[in-house]
Amino acid sequence: MQKLQGIAVSPGVVIGEAFVMDTEGFRIPRRFVPLAAVEEELQRLERAFAAAADEIGGHRDAVARELGRQYGAIFEAHLQMLRDPQLREEIEQAVRERNYSPEFAVSRTLRRYAKVFQSLESGPMAERAADIFDIEKRLLRHLLGRRREGIAHLTSPALILAHNLTPSETANLNRKFVRGFVTEIGGAGSHTAIVAEALEIPAVVGVGPFLAEVSGGERVIIDGDQGLVILQPDQETLDHYCRVVERHRSDALQLEGLRQLPAETVDGARIQLHGNIEFPHEVEHCLERGADGIGLYRTEFLYLGAATEPDEEAQYQAYAGVLKAMGDKPVVIRTLDLGADKLTAAQADLERNPFLGLRSIRLSLRNLPMFRTQLRAIVRASVLGDVRIMFPLISTVLELRQAKMVLADVMEDLEEHGLPFRRDIKIGMMVEVPSAVILIDHFVEEVDFLSIGTNDLIQYTLAVDRNNNEVAGLYTASDPAVLRLIDTAVKAAGRRQKPINLCGQMSGSPTYTMLLLGMGFRQFSVAPSAIPEIKRICRSLTISQCEAVASRAMTLENARDIKSYLKEELKKVLPERAS
Amino acid sequence: MSEPKLTRTVIVTNPQGLHARPADLFVRLATRFAAKVEVVKDHERVDGKSILAIMTLAATEGTRLSIEADGPDAQQALDALSALVEQDFAENENSHS
Repeated sequence: MQKLQGIAVSPGVVIGEAFVMDTEGFRIPRRFVPLAAVEEELQRLERAFAAAADEIGGHRDAVARELGRQYGAIFEAHLQMLRDPQLREEIEQAVRERNYSPEFAVSRTLRRYAKVFQSLESGPMAERAADIFDIEKRLLRHLLGRRREGIAHLTSPALILAHNLTPSETANLNRKFVRGFVTEIGGAGSHTAIVAEALEIPAVVGVGPFLAEVSGGERVIIDGDQGLVILQPDQETLDHYCRVVERHRSDALQLEGLRQLPAETVDGARIQLHGNIEFPHEVEHCLERGADGIGLYRTEFLYLGAATEPDEEAQYQAYAGVLKAMGDKPVVIRTLDLGADKLTAAQADLERNPFLGLRSIRLSLRNLPMFRTQLRAIVRASVLGDVRIMFPLISTVLELRQAKMVLADVMEDLEEHGLPFRRDIKIGMMVEVPSAVILIDHFVEEVDFLSIGTNDLIQYTLAVDRNNNEVAGLYTASDPAVLRLIDTAVKAAGRRQKPINLCGQMSGSPTYTMLLLGMGFRQFSVAPSAIPEIKRICRSLTISQCEAVASRAMTLENARDIKSYLKEELKKVLPERAS
Repeated sequence: MSEPKLTRTVIVTNPQGLHARPADLFVRLATRFAAKVEVVKDHERVDGKSILAIMTLAATEGTRLSIEADGPDAQQALDALSALVEQDFAENENSHS
């Protein structure tokens, strides 16, 4: 048994079968071969080895020809590994004696070596693990040929274990069968985290290298509450987690009882609880929990899930579906917020510093036909419900005005064509760049509502890449500088009586509920799964209690003190709540 | 086999240790002999004709290794292999298969 600690990004506990993805995103299957087929399978293995050796020999010759002989040396070493008698013997034995499929035998045996290399302290040796994965990949490619299964072709429930998941991989995955995610890299707020939250499945990211220690098909436990991943669990651990799963189930049933009740504080303040959604089907998740609206409908997945840019009709259908399902409740659609972390690696490479680059509203304003198409689809859908439009990553007043002008233009155009739409669509902006807070008094005059996106606000304020493990520790919503910016924004909105919402991950974290209410928020937009818990907290306290907590918290000068203070206060209000 | 098992101790002196490239050279040379070749580091004993096994020894600069050979050409094997290690795996490219 092995316990690995990562970053908990989506709560819940799940026990299931591992779907291990290779570096190219393909599944390493665990299969067994019938006794009668062993010889045939061994021949298949033989052919794969021969083909892989040919391929490597070809690379060696090509590289040697172009760059000189010594550069072909690494392939020479790969060839030697492929010819290694001990390796071949071990793999064949696994097929012959344990009836492993050649794919599974190759993966398991090679990963055992990779693990040894990774554990070696000395630099150049540890890097040899990459060579092993390279050989594994090559053999698997020859073994599986066209039968290689990607994450899009899951056929049974599985826990996805990968180095990293690209947005297009997650956008296309078969949601029916994915029960959890673990990735070696990534941090809180990373793409995998958002998708896991949307799917309401447990996820742990930033575990560090571990894929060498697990093979596809093995039983794995993901503890999304504690950020733990357990490989080859022993019986005791398994029993323990079965009980945890059971407890989660009964807890969910209990929270279910809150569904019909409003999110109202003890002293009668009505809090608007909205859901953040990614995919149209999540509307159900929101309605089931009695959400007051959709506070953030992210539209990136329309773009990422498709091979080509979605046309107006496809977008209209998606927006219309959400609006109809929500009835007269508000739905805030955020225009395309494609960011560096959501592009494929190839595209991200083009920019040296993508988080400070051409993303989000900047990208939209640079690609006006694409932007207009999206706005047209939203405006057309406006007759179906209470749609609101929100522009992301606004950093200057001019940018906001430009975006509003494009919108006005689109409306005019629809009018000329005699298409019906609502003229009074409310327009808002995300407050997620420090400049937007600094100039909040200007911005607040230009919009109907504001929404604070804490994920980006934190990273831009603290200059921390939330996906970089080296500095991820600095990334926290508890930082007093972040809190001061949030406080400034909420006060400015309050003075002009403009609704202000908070929609980053911070708003779904019970730790911050008292603080945020105390600052003056009366509206949160959270992952649908967090609605019942936040509602329970709101129903357990008074605004004056929260105001006292907020003013005390705002005097503390470091993130750790603030966080532990907030946790303590929460415990006082809800002592029975298991942290 | 009637031939006695022969052993020789060598010290790895090349700065990068027995990483992939030197291990490859070692194995290539070892497989040219009929004798069974084993490499021992502390208490670990591995097949001298398996590159992966040798790499798992993680022999760095300064590591003391025993090379053992057992078979008809054991002496020649030992001479050649210890020379290879002692000469820092000097490129001996004419041994290319």
